[in-house]
Amino acid sequence: MAHTSASALDSSARSPNVDGQVPVVRFDRVTLAFDDKVVLKDLSFTLLPGRLKVFLGASGAGKSTILRLILGLLRADAGQIWVHGQRVDQLSEADLMPVRSEIGMVFQEGALFDSLTVRENVGYRLFEETRQPIAEVDRRVDDVLGFVGLRDMGARMPAELSGGQRRRVAIARALASRPKLLLYDEPTTGLDPITALTVDAEIVKLRDLEHTSSIVVTHQLRDAFYIATHRAATTGSRVELSPVPPEDADITEFVMLKSGGIVFEGTAAELRATTDAYLRSFLS
Amino acid sequence: MERSFLDPLKKPVLEVQEYIRLLGQVGRGLVTRPIYGRDIIEQFEAIGIGSLTVVLLTGVFTGMVLALQSGISLDRFGARQTVGSLVSASMVKELGPVLTALMVAGRVGSGIAAELGSMMVTDQIAALRALGADPVRKLVIPRVLAGTMMLPILTILSTGIGMWGGSIISATQLMVPTSVYWNSVVNGLYVQDIWMGLIKPIVLGFVITSVACHVGLRTKGGTQGVGRSTTTAVVVGSVAVLAVDFLLTKLLIVLMYD
Repeated sequence: MAHTSASALDSSARSPNVDGQVPVVRFDRVTLAFDDKVVLKDLSFTLLPGRLKVFLGASGAGKSTILRLILGLLRADAGQIWVHGQRVDQLSEADLMPVRSEIGMVFQEGALFDSLTVRENVGYRLFEETRQPIAEVDRRVDDVLGFVGLRDMGARMPAELSGGQRRRVAIARALASRPKLLLYDEPTTGLDPITALTVDAEIVKLRDLEHTSSIVVTHQLRDAFYIATHRAATTGSRVELSPVPPEDADITEFVMLKSGGIVFEGTAAELRATTDAYLRSFLS
Repeated sequence: MERSFLDPLKKPVLEVQEYIRLLGQVGRGLVTRPIYGRDIIEQFEAIGIGSLTVVLLTGVFTGMVLALQSGISLDRFGARQTVGSLVSASMVKELGPVLTALMVAGRVGSGIAAELGSMMVTDQIAALRALGADPVRKLVIPRVLAGTMMLPILTILSTGIGMWGGSIISATQLMVPTSVYWNSVVNGLYVQDIWMGLIKPIVLGFVITSVACHVGLRTKGGTQGVGRSTTTAVVVGSVAVLAVDFLLTKLLIVLMYD
């Protein structure tokens, strides 16, 4: 069901469990300001396991800030943030490490490490931060590079890759440690439409085949609707994308931000049917 | 919002506070796990071996010019034979540590600020944190350790080659026999001088690299910000070298010579 105000979400945000499930992410009246500029104001939302939320909004609406708050890269001024049932907004940097180990983040422009090869970038967390045997790490790196279609690119440096390849490497890096939650910050911005579709397809595959909960921040409506209206399924050894059936439409939800708060939350069909003037102008 | 006359002071005070906080994190990181050994070794090579050429050139030319200038001055007193003492005392206590530190501040300080600054503005530092690594342990500690431990070695080499340069000039220009020069070098040095020449670069190496890391990690504003940070790291690092050298000299004189 679509909501047109933040207050409608507050009751669910107060409950630790929603529909008998522990939410993957729960924001409860979160507020953040940079000096005099209020970026988020009393923001509340819940992400359930296996679901995907697409955050839309104008530049500076606070979309990317939400992802950084989930990771603990920024601190909220007020409110509570829960990730996998654990309150994270007051944790120290050291205590945040186990929380971060279950989250994969795809940064805008990829944020690949310039001095490392594609393979070292993808396996960074496994090579550096875990004690897994090298052979096991190598196998996992091969798997995820294969998943994003870049198995042969392992020896290249990030500077040798195209924009689309860099994003796919960033997805592979986020995916390598089998996170329960994936965060995408403008994953298709700056890419041509065809390359953007390959990135969209990866996001859909991860949601439907790996059942990874995800949050996508974007202002690319075309990509957002593609993700919301497609599903991935395996046929034999092939992965096929097809239109999502109506009964599964709520797996992906749109959240529209404006002035630091939520002005809409609902499915793709509900967003298309909205009569709100601001939303209509955003969609047009 | 009402502006206070104290507002211009807020930014420098905040910078000092953040620098001290970084030093605290470095201190904690040095005595707790994880330690990134490979990164530390890489930085020893980048800072130590990488600075060798520039430091040796600085040392040899400084020693040579010092011998030339000292020769002229000493001639007035008929003391040309003691040129070795003047060169060694100046090089060991002051010029060796300070000029080596200034060259390292230029080469290494700018490199660290540019590298960490670029990583900041391209979200690589955020990515590092998101991937479970602590940027202070992974990036700052290896650089600070390498700077602190390699600068004394670079200073010894620079001072040594500076005194050798002085001996060449003494022999070829001042016509002071090499044995007389080196005898004068040894006679002109006290144990305290050597200690001073070794303690200074340890402190200066720490200051240069920690300031450069702090400036790099505070970079904002895209490529322009990286440029600003690089300049700031060199300027602040160089001024800090001279200021810390003065304070340290005063302190060591009180502790060792009085």
